[in-house]
Amino acid sequence: MENLGLVLAITGAAVAALASGCGSAVGVGIGGEAASGVISEDPSKFGKVLILQLLPGTQGIYGLLIAFITLTQIGVLGGDSNISTAKGAMYLAACLPMAVVGLFSAIKQGRTSVACIGLVAKKPDQFGKAMILPAMVETYAILALLVSILSIVGIGGMSI
Amino acid sequence: MAVVPMQRVNICALKKDRKQILEALQRKSVVEICDVMKEGQVFHKDDVSDTASQLSKNIQTGQKALQILDEYAPEKKPMLAFLHGRQEVSVEEYNLFRKIHPTANKIVRRLTTLEKIVITDRAEIIKNKLQLEAMEPWVTLDIPMNFEGTDSTGAFIGILPGAWTDEKLVEILAAYGPVETKIISTIGEQTCIFILGLKKYKDKIFDLLRMNGFARPMNLSDLSPAFFIENLNNENQKLEDEIQKSIKEITELSQKRDMIQFFVDYETTREEKYEVINRLLQSEHTFILTGYIPVTETEGLKKYLEANFDVDIQFKDPSPKADVPILLKNNSFASPLESVTEGFSSPNKNEIDPTSIMSLFYYLMFGLMLSDAGYGFLMASVCGFILLKFKKMEESWKKNITMFFYCGVATVFWGVMFSSYFGDVVDVVSTTFFGKTVSIPPLWFSPTAEPMRMLVFSMALGVVHLMTGLIMKFVQCVKNGQLLDGIYDAIFWFILIVSCVFVLMSSSMFMDIVGLTFILPAQVGNIAAVIALIGAVGIIAMSGRESKNKGKRIMKGMYNLYGITGYLSDVLSYSRLLALGLATGVIGTVINKMGSMSGSGVVKVIAFVVIFCVGHTLNFAINALGAYVHTNRLQYVEFFGKFYDGGGRKYIPFSTKTKYYKIKEN
Repeated sequence: MENLGLVLAITGAAVAALASGCGSAVGVGIGGEAASGVISEDPSKFGKVLILQLLPGTQGIYGLLIAFITLTQIGVLGGDSNISTAKGAMYLAACLPMAVVGLFSAIKQGRTSVACIGLVAKKPDQFGKAMILPAMVETYAILALLVSILSIVGIGGMSI
Repeated sequence: MAVVPMQRVNICALKKDRKQILEALQRKSVVEICDVMKEGQVFHKDDVSDTASQLSKNIQTGQKALQILDEYAPEKKPMLAFLHGRQEVSVEEYNLFRKIHPTANKIVRRLTTLEKIVITDRAEIIKNKLQLEAMEPWVTLDIPMNFEGTDSTGAFIGILPGAWTDEKLVEILAAYGPVETKIISTIGEQTCIFILGLKKYKDKIFDLLRMNGFARPMNLSDLSPAFFIENLNNENQKLEDEIQKSIKEITELSQKRDMIQFFVDYETTREEKYEVINRLLQSEHTFILTGYIPVTETEGLKKYLEANFDVDIQFKDPSPKADVPILLKNNSFASPLESVTEGFSSPNKNEIDPTSIMSLFYYLMFGLMLSDAGYGFLMASVCGFILLKFKKMEESWKKNITMFFYCGVATVFWGVMFSSYFGDVVDVVSTTFFGKTVSIPPLWFSPTAEPMRMLVFSMALGVVHLMTGLIMKFVQCVKNGQLLDGIYDAIFWFILIVSCVFVLMSSSMFMDIVGLTFILPAQVGNIAAVIALIGAVGIIAMSGRESKNKGKRIMKGMYNLYGITGYLSDVLSYSRLLALGLATGVIGTVINKMGSMSGSGVVKVIAFVVIFCVGHTLNFAINALGAYVHTNRLQYVEFFGKFYDGGGRKYIPFSTKTKYYKIKEN
């Protein structure tokens, strides 16, 4: 297993994209169900509920981002892809915050979005507030993203 | 640059001028009507809700008529119709409509009638077709369906389940012969039969047939099936003709679409007016109207009304307790963001309008989060083009588009600073297609290469934003004559946070972590620590000042000091500037990379262009949405959280809320 480092690192990248992607898919999915209900009553609210539906979609993108940075760092997308086992394990660990927080925050954010879609259906003028509530959940995904990015970039500079 | 001061206005005028005065006020839309005076001996409110409800019924039928036209004779709307704005008409034209009004009303009603005809006829045709289907198996029978026999015979027309033949029928009826049987048709598992027997056996035959499951057909007409079918077909043809005629008439009437739209607007305006009349205090010959008017409009209104009517118009400052509506007025840079402020809440009367201070941060932060010169340029140029091309568009659209124009400009600024042009398209294209790497160096630094530096910058910007919020709070307190409150609740915190930043900047450990090379001398750090202590003591001593009990006051103060953790999380929250900024750049890079990886030669160029267009469109859409949402969040939660509660009532003047036409004051 001389390539164990690489295996671990790619596992990390894959998990980041996979888990946050799943979370976002669930979040956007339940958002879409609620949104289509509102549109069936009032098609003119499409723009507003679409934005609310899309809010939980960002976690998937953050996951992709982490996966991509990892892949670039370990040289899979061109370059030297020879890394030590320890380094590979570190990449895996660095990917985990985004993977786990991304998964759960996206689902919870989706549920908040659903509630806010209901809010917009009843009170369209409260759109500004309805948009902020799901965005509060996303804060934690952003913090996880931050930790993952900083770790991955930091690991790249280490010589282990 | 702030909340526009309001004045109370009282207008007393003659009843004969009521219509003209109200219509003038409605067109000028500078007065928000409010009724504060009570009904008395002389002044009463007039109940005109009957007329108002008639008008709202007219509006509904008018809208229904327009829907019908859209369904049967759709109008070809130009692309981006909403940008053209409402068509303008003069007051004279508007007034002339009174003559056309009955015609328009008639057309509207005619349209609803025609639609009803079409709908009922269509239903009738379907019903007939069902009957035709049921009659189909009987078509060869040449006697009426309800034929029951002659003086000495009895006839049975009906359906038997299962397959039957003449022989089989004769066989079961052998006891009551002679009988004449005829199989009319066989459909599926049913047989349509005709049996003629002797009258004296009629009941017996019927019982026997019933035992075999005999059922009479649904439709017992006195016509023979062939005639019946022909009649129905003729009727359907007639109905079809009528439908075609009605649709043709609807299509012809669609040329009057403008008139119907005007009708809807006209009735909407009148309905609005009648709602106001409902609230007016009226005596036998006069009426009184009260409301709020922005100070800037008072002179113009007074001049206009006094020149044209016999009126008494007075202005006075509203009482401090009054629930004065809030109108925001800002310069053209900040005014697009008024809707953002109002989306949170209009300021209450003790607060200042935060829009103008917020605007600079808003554009900057949006730009930082999108941070791509290519996207910014697209956004700014499209918005700029729309603003130049469609000058007549509605005010709200104009404000939104102006907002995105400035956001785009800010995005270009940061994109150039950080060297992001559609991700790294310059590098990729030059390397892949020309074999030589050309890159535009960032004007400042590249966040992808130095994320830590970007993080520090984001948080520093956050501290500045938060401190601006505290200063706003102080200004607000001073304005309300609560200088001490301002010092205790804003300045102490300001001192504490700023000096904490200085303390951190003199610590070599912190500076190492954030990767800054300079360091403040230790003395500065010590002085800052002392100042921070003063701030902290001030907060402990003063923030619980409403408690009389000294011990409780100190406890409360210490609890409030614990609120500093809130500032910490607020500052961390600005790390989203880095995260979203990086997201745009890195995904852009991924797209470019994917584009450059496939094929060779011409195919490669085509693949690159396709992937580039699709990918960057998606990336732009998602990140622009993210930037918009999170910029709002930073303003609402972090910035407004420091000083702004809102809760004011938005100023909604008495105006013409028309949909299709704009009445222009000459």
